[in-house]
Formats: sequence, C-alpha cells, structure tokens
Amino acid sequence: MVSLLTQRHYTGWLILLTLCISAGCAKQQSNVERGNANQELYIGIGAEPSGLDPHLTTGMTEFSVMLAFLEGLTTVNAETMEIQAGVAKSWDISEDGLTYTFYFDPEARWSNGDTVTAEDFLFSIERILTPALGAPYAYMLYPMRGAEAFNKGETDDFSTVGTSAPDSATLIIELETPTPYFLSLLTHNTWWPVHPPTILKHGAMTDRISKWTRPGNYVGNGPFTLKHWRLSNSIVAEKNPLYRDPDGVQLNGIHFLPIEIDGEERAFRADQLHVTNTVPIHRLDWYREHHPENLRLDTSLGVYYYMLNTSRPPLNDPRVRKALAYSINRDELTEHVLKAGQKPAYHFTPPNAGGYNARARLPYDPELARQLLAEAGYPDGKGFPTFELLFNTSEAHHTIAVAIQQMWKKELGIDISLYNQEWKVYLSTRENGNFDILRASWFGDYDDAYTFLSLAETDNGNNHSKWGNPHYDALLKQAAVTADPEARKELFQQAETILIEEMPVIPLYFYVTSTLIDESVHGWHPSILDTHPYQGISLGE
Amino acid sequence: MFTLILRRLLQAIPTLWVIATATFVLMKLTPGGPFDDEKPVSAEVKVLIEAHYGLDRPLYEQYGNFLWQRLHGDFGPSYKYVGWDVDEIIAQSFPVSLELGFYALIVAIVIGVPIGVIAALRHNKPTETALMSVAMVGICLPSFVLAPLLILVFSLQLGWFNPFGWGYAGDRVLPALTLGLFYAAYIARLSRSGMLDVMKNDYIRTARAKGLKERAVVMRHALRTALYPVVAYMGPAVAGLISGSFVVETIFFIPGLGSFFVNSAFNRDDTMVMGTVLFYAVLIIFFNLLVDIVQMWMNPRTRND
Repeated sequence: MVSLLTQRHYTGWLILLTLCISAGCAKQQSNVERGNANQELYIGIGAEPSGLDPHLTTGMTEFSVMLAFLEGLTTVNAETMEIQAGVAKSWDISEDGLTYTFYFDPEARWSNGDTVTAEDFLFSIERILTPALGAPYAYMLYPMRGAEAFNKGETDDFSTVGTSAPDSATLIIELETPTPYFLSLLTHNTWWPVHPPTILKHGAMTDRISKWTRPGNYVGNGPFTLKHWRLSNSIVAEKNPLYRDPDGVQLNGIHFLPIEIDGEERAFRADQLHVTNTVPIHRLDWYREHHPENLRLDTSLGVYYYMLNTSRPPLNDPRVRKALAYSINRDELTEHVLKAGQKPAYHFTPPNAGGYNARARLPYDPELARQLLAEAGYPDGKGFPTFELLFNTSEAHHTIAVAIQQMWKKELGIDISLYNQEWKVYLSTRENGNFDILRASWFGDYDDAYTFLSLAETDNGNNHSKWGNPHYDALLKQAAVTADPEARKELFQQAETILIEEMPVIPLYFYVTSTLIDESVHGWHPSILDTHPYQGISLGE
Repeated sequence: MFTLILRRLLQAIPTLWVIATATFVLMKLTPGGPFDDEKPVSAEVKVLIEAHYGLDRPLYEQYGNFLWQRLHGDFGPSYKYVGWDVDEIIAQSFPVSLELGFYALIVAIVIGVPIGVIAALRHNKPTETALMSVAMVGICLPSFVLAPLLILVFSLQLGWFNPFGWGYAGDRVLPALTLGLFYAAYIARLSRSGMLDVMKNDYIRTARAKGLKERAVVMRHALRTALYPVVAYMGPAVAGLISGSFVVETIFFIPGLGSFFVNSAFNRDDTMVMGTVLFYAVLIIFFNLLVDIVQMWMNPRTRND
C-alpha cells in the first residue's frame, strides 16, 4: 500500500497542485481595477431587492437600485441634496400652494425611445392607486386630492383624483392641503412613472405578478437600463444613451451585488467592491485606525427607540415611563457601545428634518428618575414588577438591550428580562400588542418632521404603544393644513413637547450610515435620506 | 432490480405527501406572514394582496389548491421576489448548488478515502493517530469558521483566489474545499473502519498467501468491500452537499439554492419554502435510490434479493 503513494508521488502531486493554483486558478483582475478601467461601479446592496417595480417595493435597497432605472418629476441634486428638475423641466405652484403644474422636458424619453408623457404619469398614478394592485406605499400619494378615497375603494372613478394632463407635456396635480415637502415627495419611487405599453404587454395594469421587470422587458426613463439580473448574484445596469441628460452621466455601468454584511467587508478589502452597503460594528475601529480615508459615517434621517406598551401597568404611569427614559446614559451608549458616531437622542425627531430642530429635550437625570419612580410607588425600584424587553434577533440590538438593562438596574434598581424573536415573529407580536417594551426604529420616507411625529398619532399603523392624545393629533392635523413653514414647525414643536412629556416612546439615538468607499470613487456625497444619485458619480485615480 | 426501483418509487408518493402536508401545516402555524413589514401595509391593502395569492380562502381550500398545483408541477409565484416564479428561481440557482456539491464531493472522496485507507494500513502507528486527528478537526470545524479562515489565508494574504463570487474557475476552489472537508473527514473515518474490518478477512490472508503484492491485495481485493460503508453514506452526503450549502453559499456569495431555501423561511415566503422543501425531498429520495442501486451492483450478495 505504501508504494501507492510514495514520496515521489506526493512531491509530484504537490508540484502539480501549486502550478495549477499559481497559473490557472490565479486571482483575476479585481472588480475595482476592472471597474475603474471601464467606469463601472461595483456597489454592495446588502440584500436581494424584492423587486424592481416602483409601485410595489418599499425598501431602501430597492429604491437605491431603481434610482438607476427610473426617474420622477423631480430629482435630488447629488451634491447639495436640493430638489431639481427631473422629467419636469420646470413647474408652477399656485399661490394657495394647492395646485402644481409641471412642464415636461422634451428630452425625457423612455429607454425604448418613446417620449415620456403626462399620460404616462396619469397611467402610473392610476396604477398605484387602484386598490386591486395592493400597492403597500400608495399612501405616499395621499396629499393629492381624492387619492385616498380612490385608493380605499370609496370610488372607482379616477377622474375624482386631482391630476390631469392638459397636453402631453403638462401635468397638473392638485393637493388636499398645502404640503411643503411635496416636491421632495415626488422623488420617492411611488411617484415614479412606469411605461404603460410595457406594463400592458406583460399583463393587466394591476397585475402584481408580471415579467415586465426582467432584463429585456424593462423599459425605464432613468440614466441606466437593466442589462442583467440574476437573483442572489447581481443586477447589472448599463448607461442609457437615450437618457435626457446623457452627458451628465459619467459611469458606463453599475453592478449591484447583494452580499451580506461580513462578506461585503471582506470583498471590499480584496478590491472587489467600490462601495459597501454598511460596515460591521466590530470592524469600525480597525478602519478608523488603519484606513480612515475609506470609512464614511454620515448622519441619517433615522431614530432608534424603545416603544412602551402604555396599556400595561406600571408602564401606564407617565412617571414610570419618564423614569425609564431619564435614567439612560445615551452618551455612554453612543460612545462606548455603538461607536459609529451615532448621535444620542434626547428628543424623537432627528435633527434638521426638513429644517426642523426640536426644542423639547428629555434630561439625563438619574436622580430625578429615582424620584419619579418613588412618586409612582416604587422607591428604589422596590415592588416594581419584572417586565420584558423585546427585540428582533440581532447581535447589535442585544448589545444595546444589555447596556440599557444594566443602566436601569444600576440607577433605578429594577430588573427587566430580555428576549428576542425572529424578525417576522417580532412583527406579529408587535402588531398584536403582546409586549411590555420593544425595540423599534424609523427612517424618514421624506425629509420632513411629519414622517416621524405622525408615528405617534392615535390611529397610525405604527403606533403600537396604545398611547393616544387628542391634542397631539389635533396639532398634527393643523400642521398638515398649514402652508407657512414657520407656523408649521411651531406646531411640530408643540407636538414634540407633548410626546416628550408623555413619553410613550423612549428615543435612544439617531442613526448614522456607515459605508466603506474606495478612493477611486468621486462624487459620493453625504445624504440624510441615503440617496446617492448615480449621475454625479465617477471613477478615477 | 426493477421491482426494487418500482417499490421505491411507490413508497415515495406517501413520503412526499407527508412532507408536503407537514410543511404546509408548519408554515400556517408559524407566526408572522410574508407581507408583514416594519412599515406595515394597511389592513385593506393586506386583504387585497392576500386575495391576490388566494390566501383569503378557507384553509382546506388553500391546502387543496396547494396539493393540486404541486401535482401539476406548478410551484407558484414567490411572495418575496415579486414577479419571479419559484420554479424559475430553482431552475436558475439549483445548477449552481449542484456544481458546488459535485466539486465538494470530489474533494471529500479524493481526500477522505486515501486518508482513511492509509490510516487503516498504518493501524496503531503514529501516522494513523495523526491522520485521524486531522479528520477529527475536520469534523469539528464548522464551515462558518473554516471559510473565513481559508479566505483570510488564500485570498486576503496570498491573493490566490477571489474572496467571493462564482464567475471564474478559481472561484470554485475555496467553497468546494470548505464544503468538502467536513465530508472528507467523515469519509476518512468510514473508510478507515471499513478497511480495518476487511483486512481481517480470510480472503485477504489467502490473497497474501498467493504471493500477491500488498498493493494488489489492497487495491483489487480489499478496497471494494472496504468502501461499502462509504457508498452507503453517499446518499445522505450528496443530499447534504447540495442542500446544506447555505452557509458556504452565503459566505462566498454564491447564487445557489441553499440561500433561497433558508431565507424563504425567514421571509415567510410560503410558496418558496414549500417549493424548495419538496424539491429537496425528491432529490434525497432519488439519491438514496441511486445509492441502493450502486450498492447492489457492488455487492453480488444483494443483487438477487
């Protein structure tokens, strides 16, 4: 037997193996090298998008991919984040702020050469609002007159919806109430057009299941076209020569790669990605120390908070809720636990949301917290019932929960138990209100304080705290019909004061987005909505 | 032989029915639905979406439809990936898992069998201890530890391979090694014990007494019988290699079926869960049958049973 694999055999095999590895299987040119040579961006998107139909998708991942293929009436400037022309070259706003008239760019074309018309927008608006499509985010169109009633099936007459096209290059949209952030709302994918002949070629207008989003079928009006899409592998975008502003686009292509978080960081290190979706917490310090030039930490329009079930004693007592909120050392949490430059949250709405900065602030005051707890009948936490803190399964949420558990134990002398649930189970528990305290977060759909403060309205679909305050609701309703930006912000200030006074939610910190970016990428600017239009991006040394 | 195949195929029908039913019941019992999200859709919209997929009908009707569609080979649309059908996704990603499984199997056999055989021939010597210790480490080292280690050494330090992807021939090496080494270790143990048993047999002594070279004794007389347990293990091993590659596929970013299989459960993508479960069930039944046939061919004693 020994002769089977003699010393000589072994050596022979080893040489062969080494040759094979060094010659045939040797590493190819990296994505970054190839990308820089061809002006093709390789970008990590974290997860496979659930689809590329702008009327059916809801997530950030889907949005950032579709941003390459479609474009709305308005767009966001890549550098300043200001609203600028899109399909609409210009627009008029009536004095009462209720009627918007958009004039189309004659250069705006679909990727098959058709002109983008106002009728295309009418079709798209009708499509997303028709109840049969079941568009999850149709409510983004509710500021438009009659949109809500039509979407809820109260009428099936689309002419009741406040939009019309006097000619193919003009679109009029009438609003229910003046909506100061309306132009920024138009940059959201729910307002984007779809190409009617393409939709109808692959099914009816309201068919959810359709093949129109496939490569070869997809007709868009964005700076890029869909070249290739393989699930769990890559989506490849190719420069659209028919785009209305082809010279404004520097990249020749984009490769979207849905790689999970740790793999993404390894891929970045091996020059396989220009931009990652995020950075694993445990790698932050390493990059800070060794490659600070690659690490980007940008403020984001998102808040991380704990929601309290105010129907359950003792959490039905505002003093207890405040005691819990006041005893959390948020600075310690952001500096020593989170480490990515998150901002401690002493109010609910993230700073500078649509130019609004909350005046109301909750204190970090363990002494006051103890006093409030004692007033509520639990001096030094004595007699305080054990309750549970629920979070969806994740190492990061667990770490935060443990830190807070310690703070409450130390400062208030109360015990809480932690438990985690898998994401969908967590969502179901949350909807059923079957919790004491749960971890939650919210990212703004548009740059305005309303997207945050409306979460605590009594009938909001996300308010599972069972808290409701008629005065709070009235203030927000008032804000919705107020055209004057300053008066509107003042109403938000009052609402936020009530929220901080009653404390149905405990804000913990404001998010930052963390990204790894290769030095060859130019034109990737900070964005609080994490929107990075590809028009502004180029690659070079 | 023909009767055996026929019997097995008939047995497969109730097996698949039980698997399909159990999966259906489990999915319906699990809290949370495919259309739940952090930004929840309104109740009205949810009703409409569910109606779209027939989820508003009574359970028995859903179950009936479900069985009827599967009987016709229709796996339905994925709930999560809007616009994609489950059979399309399987058709696109399974060949990748199959290819990965195939390379891993080669790694497992090419490394596992010689280690086991050499260890058996060097029974109670340091070589055996050393080889079997390596095999033990192989079994103990999970792929989510091994894979990053291999990436660290071979792609980030030495730069021989890409740390992820499936585009180049070289991209197959690290995933196949990661996936194959665990099975190689197991196969080494099986072939070692098989070999030890066989070498004690009378016919081996006869072969030696005839004056045959040791090499001929091992290769021609012992090996075939010694590998019997290894072949028996092939059925579950092959099924495991092509269905259990979720971790490896995720770490190396390989567009195989494994990641859809696991993620579909997290997404509550019911049609995808049932599609992949049934697909794998058929596959496992098929490979077990294949192994039985190979075993019969290898062992004349069972051929006429």
